[in-house]
Parts: sequence; C-alpha cells; structure tokens
Amino acid sequence: MFYRLSGIHHTRYESARSLWPIRTDRWQVLALAAFALAAPFLLSTLYLGSYLLPWLIWSAAALSLTLLMGMAGQLHFGFAAVMAIGAYSSIHLVRWGVPFEIALLAAGLIAGLIGSVFGTAALRVKGLYLVMATLAMQYLIDWTIINVPAISGGAQATLRTPQISFLFLPIETLTARYYLALGWVVICTLFLLNVKRTSFGRALVAVRDKDFAAAVIGVDPFRYKIMAFLTSSFMGGVTGAILAFCYYRAVTPEQFGFNVSIQLVAMVLVGGLGSVIGGFLGAGFVLLVPIFLTNFVAGLSDAGWVTVSPNLLAHIPLMAYGALIIGFLLVEPLGLAKLYDNIRKYFLVWPFRHARS
Amino acid sequence: MWYFAELVVNGALTGLMYSLAALGFVLIYKSSGVPNLAQGAIVMVAGYAVWLLVASGVPLPLAIVLGAAAMFGLGLLMERLLLRRMVGQPIIMVVMLTLGLEILLRGIAPGLLGAAPKSLDLGIGLAPVIIGDIFINRAYLWGGAMALAMIVAAMLFFRTQIGTKLRAVSDDHVASWAVGISVERAIGISWGIAGVSAVAAGVLWGSVQGVDWTLSMLLFPAVAVVILGGIDSIVGVFVGGLIVGILGSVIPGYLDGIVGGGTRDVVTSLIILLTIMVRPYGIFGREDIERI
Repeated sequence: MFYRLSGIHHTRYESARSLWPIRTDRWQVLALAAFALAAPFLLSTLYLGSYLLPWLIWSAAALSLTLLMGMAGQLHFGFAAVMAIGAYSSIHLVRWGVPFEIALLAAGLIAGLIGSVFGTAALRVKGLYLVMATLAMQYLIDWTIINVPAISGGAQATLRTPQISFLFLPIETLTARYYLALGWVVICTLFLLNVKRTSFGRALVAVRDKDFAAAVIGVDPFRYKIMAFLTSSFMGGVTGAILAFCYYRAVTPEQFGFNVSIQLVAMVLVGGLGSVIGGFLGAGFVLLVPIFLTNFVAGLSDAGWVTVSPNLLAHIPLMAYGALIIGFLLVEPLGLAKLYDNIRKYFLVWPFRHARS
Repeated sequence: MWYFAELVVNGALTGLMYSLAALGFVLIYKSSGVPNLAQGAIVMVAGYAVWLLVASGVPLPLAIVLGAAAMFGLGLLMERLLLRRMVGQPIIMVVMLTLGLEILLRGIAPGLLGAAPKSLDLGIGLAPVIIGDIFINRAYLWGGAMALAMIVAAMLFFRTQIGTKLRAVSDDHVASWAVGISVERAIGISWGIAGVSAVAAGVLWGSVQGVDWTLSMLLFPAVAVVILGGIDSIVGVFVGGLIVGILGSVIPGYLDGIVGGGTRDVVTSLIILLTIMVRPYGIFGREDIERI
C-alpha cells in the first residue's frame, strides 16, 4: 500500500538519521503543514477560534509536559501553576512597556526558574511523593497569585491582556493570533522531535529509566532532573503567555487551577507518555470529546429521543472526561500514540498481518 | 487565651474528622500500595447514598447501615473492575486512574442526584457546647468521637484474623501467597472497609456542610494527614489528623485577618511540602529502601 519500507535503503548517515524516512510520512507532514498554514482561509472563525486555536496551544502545553513526564520521568501535577507564572509575568512585563518578544522570553525564564524550584522536590523524592509535592506547590502558587493584588490585580479580578505586536506585526486579529500560536507549536514540536536524538535527551531517558543506574554510567541525575524541570517549565511558561495573549485575552487565576493541571496530565497520558504525536492527539481528545459528547446528548435531547435534565447535561463533560481517563488507562495504557502506531504498522506490512498478540 | 484554646479544641476535632476521611486512604495503601486519590469522591458518594436512603424514607440508623453495606460493595467492585487490572503498572498510571475515578464519581453523583447541597440531619442540634468561654461545635464533637472510635476499631480490626491477613499482605504479596492467603481477596476487603469508613466521614461531614460535590475536596486535607502521619500507619492517621487540624485552625485564626483569607489551604500545602522535604515517609511511616 502507500506505506512502504521496502525500497528505502540508507546509503548515507544523514538519510538514516532523518526524522521521517518513509516517503508517505513526509507527505503527511507536508499536507498537515499546508493545512495548518491555510487554515485561517479554510475554516470559519468559530472553528478556528474555538477549536483549532485552543487545540494548538494546549498541544504545546502537553508537549512541554511530556518532555518532563514522558522523557525525564518526573511526575508533575502542578504544571498549570507554571503556565500561570508565564501568563501573569508576560502580561505584567508588557504592561510595564517591555516589547512582547522579550516579555515572552522573560516569562519563559521566570517560569523556568520558579519551575526549577518544583524540581528540588524531585531531587529528594519520586513517584507518589513527587505527585503530592508538586500538587502542594500548585496550591501555594495559586494562593500567591490570588492573594497578592500586585499579581492578580485583586481577589476576583480579571486581567486584560494589553495590545501587542510581534516582530512589528500587530497581533490583534484572530488570524494573527492563530499564526503566532502555530509558530510556537511548530517550535515546540521540532524541539521535542529532535531532543530525543541529542545527548541531553538520552540523558533524560537514562534518568527516567533508573536514576541510580544513570548515576553509575556517569549521567548526573541531579543536574538532568533540574534541567528537565527548567526546560519544560520554560516551554510551559511561554505556552502560558501565548495562551493568555492569543486565546483567553483576559486571565483569571481559575484558568490555571488544580483541575487544569490534572487535565494536562490527562492529555499527556491519553496521548501517550513521551510521544510527540501523542501530545497533539491527547490534547485534542481531552479538549474536544467532552464538548462533542455534550453537544451530542443535547442534540438527542432536543430531538426528543432522550430526556436529560439540565443538571445531568452540565455534568456530562466531567463524566466523559473521567471515563476517558479510566478507559484509556485500562484498555490502552500507551495511549492514542500507540493506536496510531498500530495502524501505521498494519499498513507498513500490508498485505501481510502481524499475528495477534 | 480563650480564643486560642477554642481554636485548638475545634481544630483538633476537625482534624479528627479529617482523619476519618484519611483512614480509608491508609487502609488501601497499607494492603495494596495503591494511593487512592478517589477517597474524597468516595466519601462524597457515601454522603449521597445515605442522603438518598434517608430522603426515600428509611430511618437514619438503618440508612447508615444500608449505606455502609452499599459502599462496601462499591469498594469491592472498584477494586475488582479497575484497580486489579493495574497491578504491576507504573505508579503514574495508578495515580491517574484513581484521579479519573474521582472525576467520574464527581460527575455521576451530583449529575444524577442534583448538584444543590442536600442537608443531612443527624439530630445533633446546632447549639454549641460551652465549656468556660470555649464554644465547641456540637457536630464536630460527635465527629471527633466517631473518628476516635473508628480509628480504635481499625486498630482492633488489624488484630483479628482477617486483619492479620491484611497485615501479612501489606508486608509482602508473594510471601502471603506462599502461605495460602488470598491476596486479591485481602485487597478487595481493604477497599470495602475503606468504603465503610467513607460512610462515617460522608455522614458526619455531610451533616456539617451539606452533601454536595465539595465533600470530595476532603481529599486534600486527608492527603496532608496521611503524608504527615505516615502513609501506612493507623496511629499516624490519628496524630497527623490532630496536627493538621490544629495547625489548620490556629494559624488561619490569627493570620486570615491580616492576609485576606484562604490560609488554611496554604497551611495544608506547607504541611505536605515540609513533610516530604524533611521526612518523606512521615512520622510513623515505614521508610522505603530501594534497590537498583
């Protein structure tokens, strides 16, 4: 069929190292890139602004988290707080007159520095205790943001994002905001695709698999755990800033609460730990399935086929989301990325079949 | 001075009621090593179950007994259907599964039974008990006493035959198998008992603050209690509950006016963080020694 490994012979190291050795994969990536670039002209504002844009930004967040959880193996249940730091610091920097480009980087750096503090817990404990420690830090940061008026602008305040321009282009229309978010997602994706092939990425994987063993072969777990937290928090901070400026445009502390942290972990797990395509699929699934299901049930109820109370309808997203997490963990612990991989492998050896295992 | 004493007494009683919610967590962790982050939601479901029975005309004592039986069954069911299939999976999977369960239960129970807070009247009355100048919430007094009774009962339970089996299972699964203990059944029973202890927590907290989804937020103080006391220690639940309760009442009692509210969660977070940084296995917990 269209996926073929036969006929692909690597004669040079460069081609053997290429990201997409199969021609169909390259075509897929090209087609996706073309669609992403053309999306503002193809899709209505509704789909672009309330589905594609948040999906891209949350994918960037899931990719940042998967660097930490999937590659470095450090559990983090307070990632929304890191994103909040990025969002709030970028807004305040822009308000003080710092250009947006620099504010974006600075927001990443601030989030990275504070995020590394989360990492200090990882040096002491791991597993369940790390989950609890990061969770506690999430509460602390939330509380600080809410109760320091200089940050949140008051207890119940929403902070509007100021007008910005990026590289002399005003970021005001939906299309401009979409392209900015797209640019950042592409950077994140390229970074994650390539980090696995660097010594840094391999050191992270060594630390994930067993930190003592990594220390024995000369990889300093202390250093790489902190670096993993720093890198991933930097990315998370910038994503938070992008989320604030491109999507929310008015931030409140609740947008970065504990539930959002759980949601991010769910995206990473449903997508598949440590997988790049899993980040995209997981973010899309966790964001969209509850919405679609609610709309579906609401549609059924409007058509008069089932009677659903408004109260039950309001709780369907929560149920769908919980059931989604449970279902994936039980049925396919490796997530959507594994499902994608299965389909791809099926076509790779087509017309032959793998024995069912 | 009286203010301080009042804060301490009420805090200690609240803390004991936290430990009621934490007891189930410890029971499950002790037997199976599963951190049950759905315990808060199970407490909520227990509260809803008893409320449903009372609302449909069952007298309160019978409703509590029936609710306990139902929650025992639900605990067994959750273990059999969900957690048993996660044996041998990495801890992140188990943590996330219980969190998923938490979210699911938080959607189902209020979704089906209504999200508005339901009142559950235990006939305790609202008049505070007054000793000297100290006002003590009567419901908290009952809650504290109930929690003490449950903790003592749990400690006694671990001396019975089933309890001895559970202790063996918590020590070593393979060795327990070798001497003929059914590890699966022991873990199932621990989930069932956690469900029963959730009924006590759900009824008492439900009578204090009404039955609605906020009951599931007991998870956070319960986690603090468990981490501080030691994640596999029943005594730790008692001591941890007292400390978390007293600190979570005294410190906000003096600080809330200055910094503008919500310090209780901060105190709880700080307790979790400091415990993990200083002594991760808690006051009475068993230290894990890891091999390569």
